[in-house]
Amino acid sequence: MRIPAFMTVHTHQEREHTMSGVEIKKSYEEINKKIEEGKAVVVTAEEMPEIVAREGADGAFKKVDVVTTGTFGAMCSSGAFLNFGHTRPRIKASKVWLNNVEAYAGIAAVDCYIGATQVRENDPLNMVHPGRFKYGGGHVIEDLIARKRVKLKAVGYGTDCYPLKEYEAEITIDDLRDAILFNPRNAYQNYNCAVNLSGKTIYTYMGILKPDMVNAAYSSAGQLSPLLNDPFYWSIGTGTRIFLCGAAGSVVYSGTQHAPGAKRGRNGIPREGSGTISVIGNMKEMDRRFIRGASFTGYGCSLMVGIGIPIPVLNKDMAYFTGRSDKDIFCQVVDYGSDYPSNNGRTLGEVSYTELKSGRIEFMGKTIETAPLSSYPMARMIAQTLKEWIMKGFTLGVPQTPLPTVPYGRQHETG
Amino acid sequence: MKSKNVLLIFERKIMYKPIIYRLARDFDIIFNVLEAKILPKLEGRLILELHGTEESIQKSIDYLIGEGVQVQTLADKIVRDDERCVHCGACTSVCRVDALSINRTTMEVDFDHEVCVACGLCKIACPVNAMSGASIDLD
Repeated sequence: MRIPAFMTVHTHQEREHTMSGVEIKKSYEEINKKIEEGKAVVVTAEEMPEIVAREGADGAFKKVDVVTTGTFGAMCSSGAFLNFGHTRPRIKASKVWLNNVEAYAGIAAVDCYIGATQVRENDPLNMVHPGRFKYGGGHVIEDLIARKRVKLKAVGYGTDCYPLKEYEAEITIDDLRDAILFNPRNAYQNYNCAVNLSGKTIYTYMGILKPDMVNAAYSSAGQLSPLLNDPFYWSIGTGTRIFLCGAAGSVVYSGTQHAPGAKRGRNGIPREGSGTISVIGNMKEMDRRFIRGASFTGYGCSLMVGIGIPIPVLNKDMAYFTGRSDKDIFCQVVDYGSDYPSNNGRTLGEVSYTELKSGRIEFMGKTIETAPLSSYPMARMIAQTLKEWIMKGFTLGVPQTPLPTVPYGRQHETG
Repeated sequence: MKSKNVLLIFERKIMYKPIIYRLARDFDIIFNVLEAKILPKLEGRLILELHGTEESIQKSIDYLIGEGVQVQTLADKIVRDDERCVHCGACTSVCRVDALSINRTTMEVDFDHEVCVACGLCKIACPVNAMSGASIDLD
């Protein structure tokens, strides 16, 4: 009997030959054995460039087993599946609110999905521009993780098997049967640097942008960012074990808008928003330090998420990639005054993360002040925490379904 | 030499009386007007940066109070909740006086209270609601 390819689960050995044609010189099994024995050499993506510069990609490959990464920033495509347990009598909730923020309830009786950008009922929104968006789904998620009391309200239309029509309770996360963070698009591999060429101040998800390109905002951890360290997703796929807001989570699949074919540099690293991942984790195990409900004036609510991914140094090329630093990573400067809202695809040029992180860039004949929106200190703390986890025995997940990718070929040079 | 930012509120009955010039003439204070708002026949509000010795700054503040001016020290007006702040840096793009700035070694946001003029823009820019307190332009 022939088994369809999609039904086979790859073993460690098989994977070594099949995954995107990637040459695996150091196997997951080998690395995990070292981790279990406490012998693995683990460094952060901030420490790796120096090792590669000193010992070359080959030397670094032989020396280092795992490179840890981290990022902490607003990731709007986030939310949580909650199950509040069957009520007595039973209710088939058709609408659910938590602290007056609506959660999507068009799934089973007491299941719902609270989205990060959902604003509370009767929020004035942008009626008086710019609105403040003080509380939304992201804040509910943060409050649950912080084990604060949250007001739950559910309404149903009543059925023979689910007669109750209204239910209200004050709950904490511990009263929920399940609370699963499930974010359909996180950890964007690179992102725009936003400026404003228009004549008035604009309020965006990239923060407040002053007119005539007075300031620029960027939102990537650069050299520490997970997907920038494995630019072709050789080690990231369904089943990759990650740090998610302080808990051990997993990569589920590629994220929405995953775009491996984006513009890349000669070093293979994307120069614009490209790869994304969807991630999952148990909210009950998460740590409030690594998650924040967010309000962007004039834009709306969101959720700041902390993610760290361990990158196994499978071969020499992976050592090269993880050894890249901010000066090797570029992003596109985009006008959010007109080009971004009209979606005309225009970019104004490129800058490196070294330039962005210096606090000012020289661009189009101007000196422009830069400010980040993603927290580099938090990214650093996450990469460091994940490094400590691995040194204490947190093993790597073997990706079962790789993310769609493009070949790493002659157009790219490993410098 | 010391420096201190103060908010001076001149109520209606004293708002047209010349007072500020004496800071320079009698107390040897170098002052810098950071912001001024005059609501005719209602109230005048002035943010001053005072430069001088600690003693002369104190004497000039005592003088202002004696003249009926309300004096508020700006360093105390805006506070940061260090538990909530994630050091993203969003506030640094709007801070007018670089009271909020990124330390390039740690990449953390430093908050220099003494330089703050309590404009309140950081409260609008902060995505995690870490900045609070009364400000000049808002509330």
